[in-house]
Amino acid sequence: MSTLTVDQPGKSVLMMGNEAIARGAIEAGVNFCAAYPGTPSTEIAESLARVAEHFGLYAEWSTNEIVALEAAAAASLAGLRAIVAMKQNGVNVCSDFLMTISLSGTKGGLVIVAADDPSAISSSNEQDSRNFAKFADLPLLEPATFQEAKDITKWAFELSEKLGLPCMIRSVTRLSHSRGNVKLGEIPEGRPVARFEGAYIAGAFVAIQHSALHQKLEQAREAFEESEFNWYVGPEDAKFIIVTSGSGWFYSREAVAALGLGEEVGILKIGTTWPLPERFIIDHLRQATEILIVEEVDPFLEQNIKVILSEQAKTLGPIEVYGAKSGHLPGFGDINQDKVARALASIKGLEYRTRDEVYAQRASDLALPILPPRMPTVCPGCPHRASLWAIKAALKLDGRDGFVTGDIGCYSLGAGPAGFWQLKTLHCMGAGTGLATGFGQLGQFGFNQPVISVCGDSTFFHAAIPGLINARFNNSNLLMVILDNGGTAMTGFQPHPSSGYDALGRPAPVVEIEEVCKAIGVEVKVRDPFEVDQAIEDLYDMLQEDGVKVMVFRRKCYLVESKEKGRKRVFVEPEKCIGDDCGCARFCSRVFNCPGIIWDQEAQKAKIDEVVCTGCGVCATLCPRGAIVVEGG
Amino acid sequence: MTLEKDPLNLIITGVGGQGNVLASHIVASAGIKEELYVTVGETYGASQRGGAVMSHVRFSSQAQCSPLISEGQADIVVGLEPVEALRVMAEFGNPKTRVIVSPRPIYPIWVLSGQAKYPPIEEILGNLEELADRVQVVDVSEDGEALVGTNVLMIGALAASGLLPIPIESFEEAMREILAPKDLEMNFQTFRKGMQAMTGG
Repeated sequence: MSTLTVDQPGKSVLMMGNEAIARGAIEAGVNFCAAYPGTPSTEIAESLARVAEHFGLYAEWSTNEIVALEAAAAASLAGLRAIVAMKQNGVNVCSDFLMTISLSGTKGGLVIVAADDPSAISSSNEQDSRNFAKFADLPLLEPATFQEAKDITKWAFELSEKLGLPCMIRSVTRLSHSRGNVKLGEIPEGRPVARFEGAYIAGAFVAIQHSALHQKLEQAREAFEESEFNWYVGPEDAKFIIVTSGSGWFYSREAVAALGLGEEVGILKIGTTWPLPERFIIDHLRQATEILIVEEVDPFLEQNIKVILSEQAKTLGPIEVYGAKSGHLPGFGDINQDKVARALASIKGLEYRTRDEVYAQRASDLALPILPPRMPTVCPGCPHRASLWAIKAALKLDGRDGFVTGDIGCYSLGAGPAGFWQLKTLHCMGAGTGLATGFGQLGQFGFNQPVISVCGDSTFFHAAIPGLINARFNNSNLLMVILDNGGTAMTGFQPHPSSGYDALGRPAPVVEIEEVCKAIGVEVKVRDPFEVDQAIEDLYDMLQEDGVKVMVFRRKCYLVESKEKGRKRVFVEPEKCIGDDCGCARFCSRVFNCPGIIWDQEAQKAKIDEVVCTGCGVCATLCPRGAIVVEGG
Repeated sequence: MTLEKDPLNLIITGVGGQGNVLASHIVASAGIKEELYVTVGETYGASQRGGAVMSHVRFSSQAQCSPLISEGQADIVVGLEPVEALRVMAEFGNPKTRVIVSPRPIYPIWVLSGQAKYPPIEEILGNLEELADRVQVVDVSEDGEALVGTNVLMIGALAASGLLPIPIESFEEAMREILAPKDLEMNFQTFRKGMQAMTGG
């Protein structure tokens, strides 16, 4: 049973940060949830969709983040409580609407969760979304613990409703994707009636609206001065204070404890980070002469606190500020207690050691020289491996030094060995096709390399359609390859407009990718990438023609397919595989490089790892000696 | 409950696809039943696709811990894959660390392609022995039998090791809560296989 439905106030349960945010929304009586999946935010909407029928709320996977925010805002304008969740890059996508909904204002509580990914563990950047809250003049809350993730979310709805303004919550990977104790609260009953009244027009008397927005932010600041999410721990008269927010709270507390500085260093933890609660901060820094600011990623808190210190210079006197600017903490990447402890130790002139140096050296010596690197790869049986192989082969046959522009999805791994190093550009959703329309216009400057853009099925709907229309409209030259695996695979196979089912698993109308392409007026072919020879031939033919062409490589994500259908056994016939005498240079294990194929050092032949293999059989069609066999054909 | 060592730091490590997240979820849910604060830090996302994966599981009777364990501070390492166990020991091990490890390799693609070598299993285990207080190898693959469920198997071994102050019943209760009913019996069998491998019974 989902912990989201447990109706036992006071019970302590284990919750992922994202589930705690979803639970907070439920305890606030949320009615509407819209999102586009993106690590590390996905589980917020996924959890809500799972309990949508139970609580009578509406949940959808939207085609992209701006549509998600607009849909959720509609619910708010009709007086309902709505939540929208996205990864940091999604905030860019929805930012156009964000910058205007702040001016028109909202009605029912509207909460925007931005889940940032410091160190870009599963992202193409590590941007700090907090800057968007300041940019759009929106109140910003940063939960530090699992409990707070729930409680802050619940409160954000109340605040949003009180101010008539969306509220932004900033989480980070280490909170969203970690699990910890959460004490449950009450689940409200009843459902409001939706009704739209009045008018919400940004753009009429903008300067006046902007000024009113600043007044709302002042109200937010007043509410923040008394917020239970801001607190101080440590000695009353501490001269040295760590000021922190979000994930920095845990790390700061553990760093202080590890250095035994609990008697002299205080921690001021801020949960309401824009606008900052000035009086609260000033009150707690009166005794301080030095502060260390601990946060992930940008020096957001640091710079805004420096403004307060400067304005209050007469009251507070000189305070030395340590953080990103001083070089004590990085200002990029994620942080942890060791980084904070080292910063603290260096300021205090102490030594910080996590373990015996001789042991640490020995551990390195015994491990590092023999550890093989483990590069992430696409799964065994992944259709992208076959598709990227076909692309590589077709470009080689073509011989004009063609290349591939990519974007975001599992196939991003095609920039590395998993996709034979084929992707030569990688930025944001849809960017490959946008770039390709530009490359395709460079003929008059002597450019003669064929360009292939690759784009996933979910990404096609999210961001690539305008690029394709642009290419058609402006007569560009490109081959767009849509890698259609039936769902949003990278984040756990959420449905999209051509999946045939919705966020709740109910049947949904299908928007056919090839029909969209045909309506745009471009040539489109649909092929199975597992029919590798045919795929190569067709790609090659399409590369020989000018204009805009689309190839849809359609094959369901094999992780899903093999669960649904069971898998076929694939094996190597030892008498047919002649090892290095073949001349194929160990094609299957070394070149095609599927994790399901291993090189048997003893027998000096290829071998299928039957635990890892998913039975797709692509290697069987590629083996030059036909030594790999799929049982039952 | 009080802990002899607080916080008690466990790392479960393996390769994307082995079910690391499920393993840490079960262990942590079992811990919460003993009224402990439990924090689980995970790395996944891109790592889902064959990369090295680590779950940090931290138990405390006093406070919620951060989701990351400090360098050198692992008390227990459970390796679903031998090379990954060694990788974790290099960064998080100390002379008191206890290791429970599956000896079954999963080859990285650079090994398959001949660009890197996978060290002999004896060397990995030997080096682990040298770095850890004690290494317990959980090997139950018989006659090349395909071994799925390494995650639950190793959790069974961990549960039986006595290294965590959590009774077997709490593990079983956590599994009942987390796993789909149709998979439960098979997973209980795997769990018990892991327990037997640890106790030698």
